[in-house]
Amino acid sequence: MLLIPCPWCGARPDSEFSAGGEAHLERPDPDHASDGQWGEYLYFRRNVKGVQRERWLHSHGCRRWFNVVRDTVTHEITAAYPMGESMKETGPGA
Amino acid sequence: MRYSLFSLLANAAGGHRRWPRAWMSPAPKPSYDVVIVGGGGHGLATAYWLAKNHGIRNVAVLERGPIGLGNTGRNTTVVRSNYLCDDSAHLYEHALKLWEGLSQELNFNTMFSQRGVVNLAFTRHELAGMERRAGAMRLNGIDCELLTLADLRRWIPNLNLSRDLRYPVLGGIVQPRGGNARHDAVAWGFARGASALGVDVIENCAVTGMRIEHGRITGVETSRGPIAAGRVGVVAAGHSSVVMDMAGVRLPIQSFPLQALVSEPVKPILHTVVMAGHVHVYLSQSDKGELVIGAARDSYLSYAQRGSFHLIEEQLRALIELFPVFSRLRMMRQWAGIVDCAPDASPIVGLTPVHNLYVNCGWGTGGFKATPGSGWVFAHTIANDAPHPLNRNFTLERFTTGALIDEAAAAGVAH
Ligand SMILES: Cc1cc2nc3c(=O)[nH]c(=O)nc-3n(C[C@H](O)[C@H](O)[C@H](O)COP(=O)(O)OP(=O)(O)OC[C@H]3O[C@@H](n4cnc5c(N)ncnc54)[C@H](O)[C@@H]3O)c2cc1C
Ligand SMILES: [Zn+2]
Repeated sequence: MLLIPCPWCGARPDSEFSAGGEAHLERPDPDHASDGQWGEYLYFRRNVKGVQRERWLHSHGCRRWFNVVRDTVTHEITAAYPMGESMKETGPGA
Repeated sequence: MRYSLFSLLANAAGGHRRWPRAWMSPAPKPSYDVVIVGGGGHGLATAYWLAKNHGIRNVAVLERGPIGLGNTGRNTTVVRSNYLCDDSAHLYEHALKLWEGLSQELNFNTMFSQRGVVNLAFTRHELAGMERRAGAMRLNGIDCELLTLADLRRWIPNLNLSRDLRYPVLGGIVQPRGGNARHDAVAWGFARGASALGVDVIENCAVTGMRIEHGRITGVETSRGPIAAGRVGVVAAGHSSVVMDMAGVRLPIQSFPLQALVSEPVKPILHTVVMAGHVHVYLSQSDKGELVIGAARDSYLSYAQRGSFHLIEEQLRALIELFPVFSRLRMMRQWAGIVDCAPDASPIVGLTPVHNLYVNCGWGTGGFKATPGSGWVFAHTIANDAPHPLNRNFTLERFTTGALIDEAAAAGVAH
């Protein structure tokens, strides 16, 4: 079981949350994106073995989205930060 | 050596001390016509059919551990072909037909047992969906029957059909030709068969890099040194993204833990496979007498081969509601494997942007049943540098063109 540090509610068990997958995917411009760019955005993922940034929704709590930095091998969580915060401003991780 | 009654008697007389190795595990040669990355059931089957159907015998299967310790040896062994979309129905039905003769083909007992696979419906919509699926299957020439509550009462006497359940059972379907097989035997049988045809099954040899020159693959780097290769097929299940990343090829795959557990062994009590997707549990009884119980996969990406505890709680809650008779059974072992899930829950078997590099992945929670057929079409794809008609639409490009094979029947709990 993961203990996920919700920025608003503190550490809670993962059964309260919904996993939202890889974070910081940028939606392409709908007027100009090619099929390839849409495919990339919708389906292709890094599927990192190691440290990844990912989104979580506290569905059975505050119902807010946020980002987490988690190692997909050890499951260690090293940071949690609100949506919209850019990658540069936050601590370690790929 | 061919296994037969005679070889059994002869070796019994010798105290079973002179059985030869089932497959050789040689040191790698510097170069092969074809290198297969991943010695699970699919990789070994690919090598076997390359040698058997296409006469390509200068082949190595590179497995980073001992063979059969990946998902091949971790799955719950349900074999079926009850899929909705035509493309999937044909692919899985071809595999099921191969299963029916596989023990004879490999001269190795895969313990394939066509005990039937029952899917239970718990909502009106699920029942309507199953009726539609049964119709589609029959149009594709695949066996499937609708089951009423009276049928279910006769067929599975221990099933709780009370109206008082949180989710009462409304009906179901059965594929009588579905069933179970012995997972290890499939890996061992294909390894032995491939080895006998001249394939090098190389264990403890991890692929660590890909050599690519002018958009064409020329070999792989491994923990046991570089190996040159004319063609390379990647069949690495949960690690497909990691291996393809070495060639700079991105995949629409995410890796998740899927777990299972077994009970203590008991006398025969359940003669068929029962799947209850809506409440997330499915089970069968192994030949040893253990109940083999599976559930939904974890929701978050992971390469750690362990699953969340709350899923076990939920799956056992559903189990006991459906089968109160099992409430005092003790559970013996629990484990997880890492499954490679594609967005449309269908596999990817075909060419890649790198010449002579082929990929076979995305089987997710349900690829064991496809093992012989997956190897069959992948061997054809590698040998001809073009897909077999059965995997023609299971391309990587479909995630750009949008021609997905959206197979809900393969998703979620139905393995
Ligand atoms: C708990 C569980 C239950 C399941 N139940 C069912 C079921 O009932 N029915 C069904 O049809 N399917 C089921 N599945 C899915 C099925 O097990 C898989 O889809 C299928 O086994 C995957 O193909 P494979 O056998 O080739 O994979 P694997 O056996 O995982 O083979 C992949 C191999 O690649 C190797 N590898 C990875 N990276 C490298 C590298 N860099 N170098 C060399 N080798 C490498 C791995 O070590 C591994 O041995 C289940 C899976 C799990 C985990
Ligand atoms: Zn919260």
